[in-house]
Amino acid sequence: MSSASIEKGIRMIREEIDAPVASFFTSCVHCGMCADACHFYVQTGDPRYTPINKVEPMRRIWEQEYTLWGRIKATLGLSRKVNAQDFEAWEELVYDGCSLCGRCSLVCPVGNDISDMIRKIREGFAVAGHAPKDLVGATRRAVEIGSPMGVRLPALEAQIRHLKHDTGLDAPLDQAGADYMVLLSSMEIMNFPEYLEAIARIMQQAGRTWTISSRAFEATNSGVQIGVSDIATELVQRVVDAAEELGVRTVISPECGHAYTAIRFEGPNLIGRPYNFRVQHILEVLEEFRQQGLLKTEGKETERMTFHDPCQLVRKGGVIQAPRNLLGMVSNGFVEMRDHAEMNWCCGGGGGVSANERADELKSKAFHQKKSQLDELGVEILVTACANCRITLEEGLEQNDMDIPVVGLTEMLAEHLVEEPGNGGDT
Amino acid sequence: MNNDKTLGEHLRERGISRRGFMQFCAATASLMALPPSMVPAVAAALEKARRPSVIWRSFQECTGCTESLTRSHAPTVESLIFDHISLDYHHTLQAASGEAAEEARRIAMEENHGKYLLVVDGSIPQKDGGIYSTIAGITNLDMLKEVAEGAAAIIAVGTCAAYGGLPYADPNPTGAASVSDIIQDKPILNVPGCPPIPTVITGVLAHYLTFGTLPELDHLGRPKAFYGQSIHDRCYRRPFYERGLFAETFDDEGAKKGWCLFKLGCKGPTTYNACATAKWNEGTSFPIQAGHGCIGCSEPSFWDRGGFYDALSVPTDDAGNILLGAAVAGAAAGAAVGFMNRNKKDAATRAHETVTVDDLNGD
Amino acid sequence: MTADAILFFARGTGFDWALAIFVFGMLLRLFEVLSLGSKPDLSEGRGSGVQGGLKTIVTRTLPRPAIFAREPVRIINGYVFHIGFLAVLFLYEPHIELFEAKMGLSWPGLPTGIINALGVLTIFSLLLALTLRLSSPVLKFLSTGSDYLAWLVTLLPVLTGYLAYNHMLLPYTAMLAVHILSVELFMVVAPFTKLTHMFSFMLARWYQGYRAGHRGVES
Repeated sequence: MSSASIEKGIRMIREEIDAPVASFFTSCVHCGMCADACHFYVQTGDPRYTPINKVEPMRRIWEQEYTLWGRIKATLGLSRKVNAQDFEAWEELVYDGCSLCGRCSLVCPVGNDISDMIRKIREGFAVAGHAPKDLVGATRRAVEIGSPMGVRLPALEAQIRHLKHDTGLDAPLDQAGADYMVLLSSMEIMNFPEYLEAIARIMQQAGRTWTISSRAFEATNSGVQIGVSDIATELVQRVVDAAEELGVRTVISPECGHAYTAIRFEGPNLIGRPYNFRVQHILEVLEEFRQQGLLKTEGKETERMTFHDPCQLVRKGGVIQAPRNLLGMVSNGFVEMRDHAEMNWCCGGGGGVSANERADELKSKAFHQKKSQLDELGVEILVTACANCRITLEEGLEQNDMDIPVVGLTEMLAEHLVEEPGNGGDT
Repeated sequence: MNNDKTLGEHLRERGISRRGFMQFCAATASLMALPPSMVPAVAAALEKARRPSVIWRSFQECTGCTESLTRSHAPTVESLIFDHISLDYHHTLQAASGEAAEEARRIAMEENHGKYLLVVDGSIPQKDGGIYSTIAGITNLDMLKEVAEGAAAIIAVGTCAAYGGLPYADPNPTGAASVSDIIQDKPILNVPGCPPIPTVITGVLAHYLTFGTLPELDHLGRPKAFYGQSIHDRCYRRPFYERGLFAETFDDEGAKKGWCLFKLGCKGPTTYNACATAKWNEGTSFPIQAGHGCIGCSEPSFWDRGGFYDALSVPTDDAGNILLGAAVAGAAAGAAVGFMNRNKKDAATRAHETVTVDDLNGD
Repeated sequence: MTADAILFFARGTGFDWALAIFVFGMLLRLFEVLSLGSKPDLSEGRGSGVQGGLKTIVTRTLPRPAIFAREPVRIINGYVFHIGFLAVLFLYEPHIELFEAKMGLSWPGLPTGIINALGVLTIFSLLLALTLRLSSPVLKFLSTGSDYLAWLVTLLPVLTGYLAYNHMLLPYTAMLAVHILSVELFMVVAPFTKLTHMFSFMLARWYQGYRAGHRGVES
C-alpha cells in the first residue's frame, strides 16, 4: 500500500532546499539561456521544457516558505500554494523532459546549477507518488534483485564462463586484496559482453589484479535516477561494503554515465563518510595505464570517427581528455563535433529517460539534436563510453535510418591490444 | 524733495547727456528683454517720468540689499534714478530720523494714497507677536500691514523679503515670513538674491516707470526678464561641465584652469538669476567667475538645501546613522527569518522517514 | 509643492529612506539564503573548491560560443545595457562625486559626452530587451509582473537622467528631482525582485563553481 502523498512531496522539497538552491532562485533573471542549452526545448520548441521552468514548484515552495516577502505574499493570498495539479502537470517535465545532462547548469549566466535542482525536486516528486512507473519498477528491481534490469549473479557467471572459453582469461570473483574491483552495468552484462572481455585482456597486459564482487557488481544506481536518496544510499552502501570488505584499492566504474557520478561524487555524501578506497572510471584507469606505458596497442583505424561525450562522465565527471588521448592511440580519423567535450549535446536517454517508456516519443524528438550534430560532421563510426548512451544512440540512429555503428571505447582499445602470449587475443 | 522735476530734467541737471541717457535706455530695454523698437518708448516714458512716491521699509534684514543697490564707484544713471525716484522714506539713506522721519512718511502716504510704490527688504518676524524686530516701538508686522494698505504695488527686494531668507532658515526662531506670506491683496514683485543685482532693481523700476505695471513674473513672483534663465544656462564655464571637467578643490589644477565648479557645490543648474549675464559691480564679475560656486541665493530656502559645498548630485544628509540602522535592522530581520528558515528545514528533516520502494507509487 | 521642495526631499529624506530600505532588503535576502546552509562535500576531490568558486564568479561572465551562436542579438544586447547602465552610474563625474562625498572613494570618470551617448545606447538597449522578451516564446512564458517591474525601474533612472542632463521634457529642477526619485524607486524595489541578482550572482556562481572545482569539472 503506497504511502505517497502530496504533503510528503512538499515536505521533501522543503528539506532539499538549501543555501545554493536559494541563491539560484534569488539570482535567476529569466534570461532563457538555459532553454537554448536543452535538447528537449530546442527540438520541441515547447517553452515548458525550459530548464528553470522544470523546477517552478520548488521555486514557489522556496519563496513562500523561506523568504519574508514570499511569506507576506502567501499570507495576503497573492501567491498560490503548490498542489496536486502542479505535481501532475510537472511530472512529465521533471522526468520525461530532462536527462539530468547538466548542459543548462553550464551555461546559466548567473551560475545556477539547474540540473542539480531538478535532481533535488525529483526527491519530492518520487515520495509524492509522481515518479514514472517504469522508473519505480526499475528501482524496485534494483533494490530487491540487485539490478534494474533484473540481472542476477547466474547471468554474470555465464558471461564469465564465456570469457574463459573465448580467451582463456579469468574474471575472479570476490578476490580480496585485488588492485581493482570492477563494477558492471546491467546493460553491459546483457547487451555488450565485449566490455568484460576488453577489461580482462587489458588488465592482463597491464599486469594488474582485479575482481568482481558477487554480491555487489551492479554499477547503476536507480535511486539517483528516480531521485530517492535513501534508496540511492542503500545501493551505494552495497558497493562500499563489498569494496571495503575485499580491501581493494580502487573501484572501477564501468562504461556508464550516472554510475560514475553516483559512486564517485554522490556516494560519500549519501552514506555520510569518505570511502576507504578510490573510485575511477574505466577511462581514467586506462589513461593511467597509457601514461605508465602499460597499454600497448598496434594499428590505427582510419575511418572518420568522433566521440560522443557522455554527460555524466565528461560534463559532470570531468573525464574530458582521457578518451581523446586513448582514441589517439588507435585512430587516425578522429574529428570533433562542433559542440564537444563539456558542451556536447546529451544523447537524450540519460537521467532515467531511456527506462521510461512514456518518454519514448519525446526522446525520439530530442534525438534530432544529436542527429544534426552527426549530419554536420559526417562520420563513419561513433565511439562512446557509456552503455546507456550506446543503446540510445543505436536506437536513434536506426529510427533515422543512419548507418553509423556505435562502439565502446574500451572495446575498441582492446581490439588493438598487441598480441602477447596469454593476453587472450583471438585463440 | 524734487517732486516737480521730471526724470529727464533731473538727469540733465546732473550732467547726463542725451546720448548717455539713450544708452542707458537701450541697455535697460535690452535687460528687460524688450525689442530695440521699444527703446524710444522707454526713453520717452522715462524722460517724462514724474517721481512716483516710493516708500522703502527695511525690516529684519542685514542692509546688504541697500548696500548692493547703492554701491557704486562713480555716479551711475542707476544711482541717479534712485535719487530721483527716491525715497520718501528709507531708514538708511534718509537724513531725517526719529519723529521727523515718521512724520515725513505719514505725509507721503496720505498724499499719495493708493499710488505709492512700497519697497520692502528684510523678512518679517511673526513669533511672539512679532517683537523680534520693531521700529519706533511698532512691530514690522504691523508696520507692513499699515503701509501696504495704501500701496499700488509692493516690491520685495532680497531673498529675505521675497521668501524669508536667512532668518527663515531652519529653525526659524523668530517665525520669519516673507512679504507674500503676509500680504495677499496687493501685486507683489519679488526681486530675490542675497543680495540682488543692482541693475535688476533699477530695471524693474524702469519698467514700472515706463509702463505703469509690473513686468511678467514667474511662478515665484520674479520678473522673467531677469530670473527666467538659470545661471547654468548662461554660465561661461558650461563647456567644461559638458565635457566633464570639474575642479575638485578650490586651488587644484582644474580650479586654476577655470573648470566647472559643480563638484564644489555650485547650484547654478537650479538657480534662476541674471548673475551670469548682468554680473556684479557694473558687469565686473560674479561668484563663479571669481572661483566660487553659486549658492543659489535667489531661490527660496536656499540656506536649507544642503551644504553649499555639496554638489547637486550628493544627498544632503549624512547617511551614516541611517545606514547603520538599516544594516542592523536588516541583519536582525535576516537573523529572525533565518532562524525561522532553519526551524522549518530542520522540522522537515526530522519528519523524514526513510523512503523505501513501497513508498513510491504502485508499479 | 514646488519642484525645488521635491528636489530637496529627493536629495534628503527620500534618499535616506531609499538607501535604508535597499540595505535592509539586501541584507535580509542574504540572510534568507545563507540560513539554509549547505552540506560539505565528503567525496574525494580532484581540485580546489575555493579556486573553482572564485574562478567561476569571473568566468561565467562570458557566454559559451555554442549558446552565443544561437542567440547573438539577445546576448550582446544584455551586455550593452549592463555595461551601459554601470558605466553611466559609475563613470559619470557628478555620480562619482556622490560616491566620494558619501564613501570617500573616488576614481576617474569618462568625458560627459561619452556618458551621454552611453545613456542613449542603454535606453535603446533596454527597449530592445523588452521587445525581445515579449517576442520570445521562452521569455514570454517565463516572465512575470516582477520581471516587467524590474525592467521599468531600471529604465527610468537612465531615461530621466538623460532627460535631465539634456534639459528635456521638464524644467531642469523638476527633471532632476524626478531623476533622483526614480533612482530611489529602483533602490526600494530592487530587494524584492530579481534585481537581487546584482549581488546574489556571486553566491550562485560561487556555489556551482565550488562544487565544480572540487570535482575537477568545467564550470
